[in-house]
Amino acid sequence: MVNRLKSLNRKLVRDLWHIRGQVLAIAFVIGCGVATVVLSLGTLNSLQETRDAYYERYHFADIFAHMKRAPRSLLGDLSKISGVRRVEGRIVHGVIIDIDGMVEPARAQAVSLPQTTVSNLNGIVIRVGRLPVSGSTDEIVVHEAFAEAHNFTPGDAFWANMNGRRRMLRIVGIALSPEHIYVLGPGDLVPDNRRFGIFWMNHSALEAIYDLKGGFNDVSLTLSRDGRVQEVIAEVDRLIDPYGGIGAIGREDQLSYAFLKSEMDQQETMAKVFPPIFLAVAAFLLNLVIARLVETERQQIGLLKAFGYSDFEVGAHYFKFVAVITAIGIIIGWAGGAWLGRGMTEMYAELFRFPFLYYLIEPKVFIYGAVVSIFAASLGTFTAVRRIVKLAPAVAMVPPPPTTYKVNALERTGFGRTMSQPARMIVRHIIRWPMRSALTVIGISFSGALLVVTLFFLNALDEMTEIFYFDRERQDIVITLTDIHSDTAVKEATYLPSVMRAEGMRHVPVRLTSGTRSERTVIAGIDPENNLSRLLDINHKKIDVPEQGLMVSDKLADMLGATLGDMVRIDVLEGRRPIVTVPITKISRQYVGIGAYMTRSALNKLLKEGPVISSIYLQVDSAREAELFTALKKVPALVGLMIKRVSLESFYTTVREYMDTMIIVYIGFASVIAIGVIYNAARISLSERGRELASLRVLGFTRQEVAFILAGELAVLTWLALPLSGFFGYHLGSLMVDMFDTELFRLPFIIYPSTYGYAALVVLVAAAGSAWVVVRRVSNLDLVAVLKTRE
Amino acid sequence: MAVASESSDKSHIQTEIAFRTIGLTKVYETEAGAVHALRGVDIELFKGETTVMLGPSGSGKSTFLNILGGLDRPTAGQVYFQDSELTNFDDAFLTQYRRRHVGFVFQFYNLIPSLTARENVELVTEISERPLSAAAALELVGMGHRVDHFPAELSGGEQQRVAVARAVAKRPDVLLCDEPTGALDSKTGVSVLEAIEQVNRELGTTTVLITHNAGIAAMADRVVSFADGRIADVQINKQKIPAGTLKW
Ligand SMILES: Nc1ncnc2c1ncn2[C@@H]1O[C@H](COP(=O)(O)OP(=O)(O)OP(=O)(O)O)[C@@H](O)[C@H]1O
Ligand SMILES: [Mg+2]
Repeated sequence: MVNRLKSLNRKLVRDLWHIRGQVLAIAFVIGCGVATVVLSLGTLNSLQETRDAYYERYHFADIFAHMKRAPRSLLGDLSKISGVRRVEGRIVHGVIIDIDGMVEPARAQAVSLPQTTVSNLNGIVIRVGRLPVSGSTDEIVVHEAFAEAHNFTPGDAFWANMNGRRRMLRIVGIALSPEHIYVLGPGDLVPDNRRFGIFWMNHSALEAIYDLKGGFNDVSLTLSRDGRVQEVIAEVDRLIDPYGGIGAIGREDQLSYAFLKSEMDQQETMAKVFPPIFLAVAAFLLNLVIARLVETERQQIGLLKAFGYSDFEVGAHYFKFVAVITAIGIIIGWAGGAWLGRGMTEMYAELFRFPFLYYLIEPKVFIYGAVVSIFAASLGTFTAVRRIVKLAPAVAMVPPPPTTYKVNALERTGFGRTMSQPARMIVRHIIRWPMRSALTVIGISFSGALLVVTLFFLNALDEMTEIFYFDRERQDIVITLTDIHSDTAVKEATYLPSVMRAEGMRHVPVRLTSGTRSERTVIAGIDPENNLSRLLDINHKKIDVPEQGLMVSDKLADMLGATLGDMVRIDVLEGRRPIVTVPITKISRQYVGIGAYMTRSALNKLLKEGPVISSIYLQVDSAREAELFTALKKVPALVGLMIKRVSLESFYTTVREYMDTMIIVYIGFASVIAIGVIYNAARISLSERGRELASLRVLGFTRQEVAFILAGELAVLTWLALPLSGFFGYHLGSLMVDMFDTELFRLPFIIYPSTYGYAALVVLVAAAGSAWVVVRRVSNLDLVAVLKTRE
Repeated sequence: MAVASESSDKSHIQTEIAFRTIGLTKVYETEAGAVHALRGVDIELFKGETTVMLGPSGSGKSTFLNILGGLDRPTAGQVYFQDSELTNFDDAFLTQYRRRHVGFVFQFYNLIPSLTARENVELVTEISERPLSAAAALELVGMGHRVDHFPAELSGGEQQRVAVARAVAKRPDVLLCDEPTGALDSKTGVSVLEAIEQVNRELGTTTVLITHNAGIAAMADRVVSFADGRIADVQINKQKIPAGTLKW
């Protein structure tokens, strides 16, 4: 068989080589589709593998709990809980630190190192330097992120305010920890490594500083295989309650784990949304391109059939043709996706502070990308080849069907009479082949649409940032207090230097339960007259918090399976930890958050506390900010300080940078696809019309005139495709918004005019470039050769 | 039959019918209306004979030839090849029929542009049962020296000779040629005809040849004239002359 079809295979190789430009262009379209799959799933896969290996190797705990102080004997009781494997107690304490050259106060979390050196829970990974020597009281190991932000190396030192005393802390080592893959200060939304850091020091030193001799205030537990998180948490809570425990949490609620997970969920959503859209569009375009390519082979197919090649053999020949192109595409996609995926994973590894990186893509990811492309290509070939193979060979071979051109409506108008002869040819040709022209227009518009949706994603992120940081959160600074304070503190805050407006808020960590479902969240108690931090719905309208009952976001309501009027149980996770039941009186639709809200007075009443607050929102005169910072360094009740400007900066240099890079890669893919599709459309139209155009040259038309006919047709079709690109892009975008409507957030649906502009620009540049290539070919057309052989 | 008695050396094959058509009709439906290409053709063609078909342009010669070759189907009527009715064949059978029995030379040379002369011939010999070698077939048409050239590098006559080599290389039972010399000068044309004649003689191939050149009719056993989709006249050549002596 192989030997028998030697000549056909030779024809295959030569034909492929002959149209190598097109082969490559189509292969790139396929490659982009495949690459999106490999890239997104590969990155996700690698991050998960890396995280899991890190957690495993450094014994990341399953349950965490904090309390005021507990005796060492409690550890024994905790380890007896059924399902618990290991228990470790330690000391964790917030510290205000003062670093040379920094006006605003920085915060840190001091964590005690275990006294034993056996493999510990939440083990740290020393990157540079060493652990503190035993017995030292001022040696510390700092987290790498904090060290990098300050250019700290072992030997450096800074001042810290610990339990009312200023102490000099000396850095001896730099480390990472599975507990702080994503380093986030209390109250912060994004990492701010200059103003928040983690450091570790000897247990004995922290014991002495915080008067915790023989005790601890923080505990980590791992579970045995049969341990059930919820049951163990309940038991731990019961045991630590007398010691001022504030509610044990599982990994799901551990800050670093939760943020990492939400970041990965986002990746996963992108992996679910982008590749299918890309693959679907690439498959569709591939289908169009291949169908037309096969159509140009019409006569050769007729000839092969006339010689007695069976339909199957002819079909198989063209399948092979497409198989080679598809294979090249898949290889490009695999290689490109894997390469970009590695870069992307490395970037994430930096953001996430992993000590090592497992870059691995499961074979099924490669296979998935390949199978979808092969399917798309086969479908395109199948329909095209079948149509031709079905023709009687005599019909397939006749010179292209007797073309009956007609004077069309456009020409009959006054406009038509002003058209030159070549312009007339363009219009007649487009109208004579309405399907072909329509498919070209649709092909170009889909590639433009792909650009619109990828760019739209950037628009949506910008919009979210805008809504969140400017429309919703209009304060400059948020102060989080160590404990609840009377709301008179708000008034006091207005006397601080540079403060122009101050508003109080009460935040309470809670567990909400409705039926069998429960979620940990925070209830925000908001004063109706508050104007700095406002809740906005998806139409940018301020949401009024109901005076009675609880308002939850629709996402949270979904997660709880609750609707308006349902009663939910609130387990308060601080203070006296009361349990109350309230009705849901309002459900809000917002872009971000799974929050729960009440008026502050209702919340205060519910918790049977006076008019208290837990944080203060400030609007300040930025010119005098420094004075405020100096003043704040002396406030003892201060735990958190969120400076919006800094947070925003940090948001842009971390989270946004990564998201943007990912999206820009997708925009790159979309651009490549657009170029591939348009170039192909131009080349096919050249091979379809090569003879006709050569004949025109023979008849005395100039190169310019002939080029005008070819380029003019492409230009007309491209112009027709532009508005359609916008149309399809808009609808794909709204489809994407629906697909992205996940637990975490909802995308605002907004497409900036510049998005349409950029998409149009790429399409036009691709069209102009392709036209240039094709026109150059026409100019160099060997007239004799074209007319001598019948293709 | 009258012809059979005249040259005794051919008597054993002349009596065998290669093709018989009954009421063959072909109508092309086009946007501009129906075109009646064939309006009822009844004819018998005999095994081993060379038949030349003449007739004005558009009279239906190519249509008729394509139907004989199994490339196309009539709108009505029957075609028998030997004892089988082609018009009953499905596509797969027609494919096998073309593969085993038919060699084509088209009005337009129809070489595959991406294959050389030799490869164009091999394209057909690879799927035949007892073919000539590609080199031998090309030698037969006097193209032995240009085997590795691509169609674009050959003149019209050379391309046509390659096309003839391609058609005869499989040693077909029937050789169908649509204006094989249409684009050639008389000397080249004669050499193409000689090649066809040689195949007919050596392999006993039933040959049907369309031409506009009445002079060529002299090499045929039988001359069929088409007019307006019908057979206007059938002449039997008492004295056919060798292709080598033709001139025009
Ligand atoms: N595919 C087709 N569609 C419509 N009409 C056709 C088609 N093929 C042939 N015809 C018409 O059928 C008639 C017979 O055509 P055919 O090709 O058999 O003529 P011919 O005798 O071979 O002419 P020529 O000597 O010019 O080659 C012509 O009028 C032609 O226009
Ligand atoms: Mg003809």
